[in-house]
Amino acid sequence: MVETTIEPLDKKISALRVSPAQHLHGAFVDAGVTGAFGVRLREEQFLTMVGLRVAVGSPDRARLAKIVGAELPARCGEVATGHDVVVLWLSPDEFLVISQSVAGSTLVSYLRAGLSEGGAAAVVDLSANRTTLRLEGPSAQAVLEKGCPLDLHPRVFAPGTAVATNIGRVPVILWKVDLDSYRILPRSSYADYLGRWLVDAMAEFKVLGSG
Amino acid sequence: MILISCPDCGPRDETEFHYGGQAHVPYPEDPSALSDEEWGRYLFYRENTKGIFAERWVHSAGCRKWFNVLRDTVTYRIAAVYRNGEPRPSLDGDPQ
Ligand SMILES: [Zn+2]
Repeated sequence: MVETTIEPLDKKISALRVSPAQHLHGAFVDAGVTGAFGVRLREEQFLTMVGLRVAVGSPDRARLAKIVGAELPARCGEVATGHDVVVLWLSPDEFLVISQSVAGSTLVSYLRAGLSEGGAAAVVDLSANRTTLRLEGPSAQAVLEKGCPLDLHPRVFAPGTAVATNIGRVPVILWKVDLDSYRILPRSSYADYLGRWLVDAMAEFKVLGSG
Repeated sequence: MILISCPDCGPRDETEFHYGGQAHVPYPEDPSALSDEEWGRYLFYRENTKGIFAERWVHSAGCRKWFNVLRDTVTYRIAAVYRNGEPRPSLDGDPQ
């Protein structure tokens, strides 16, 4: 008999995970532009995302605020920063809770503890629903402006704002993390198309940068 | 392209929305009591207004909420935006 060691299932699964834009990693690196017209693209893999729906005026909101460590965002664009999580406003009764450090199942059980029995609320692990593309650099805004109907001028779209919109016809959540730094959250099945669309939109800045 | 002000998200391009037809068409109290003709009228018969028309829109690329709009079908000018469940606002010069 041969001794076999059994790896824990979750460890084995995380080693096997493939992110929605993983096959584009090389293309993203090659598309990067440095200098005054610089813009870079990469995928941030496997962020934890939990969908939270809770009715307007529900007493659960105060309990959830205590759990996440911040008031739930009150209006379009608002991003609330809590303990190890950020909460994005998606609609008056819908939020996306994002974490880099807390696992989906853990975050779900924390948040569910904030819901009262029989209340009209939902907490669902949506980590596999979307992936995260990070677009950074002085030309990032110009790249997005090629395919986004929003006014992206910093006067209107300030750092620390996140909105649901379209980029290159793909429905996304566009989150301006910092000046010249954006997180773009497309649904996983659109990651390939949007990744290639962004690479194409970045190409002209390579020419500008080298000239 | 028209610019539509979502009650929750503010002004966005028309491409972020989908059209939902005439507003304020009540669902029948007891659909099973309707004749085929009455049910057909509920399902398929709508106003064909020239001028200010109350219509439904959904902000499908944003907050995914339905709301109502008063839009002039001749000029495309949007005269008012109001939430679901709110009564139709009256406008100056509104024929009704
Ligand atoms: Zn909206």
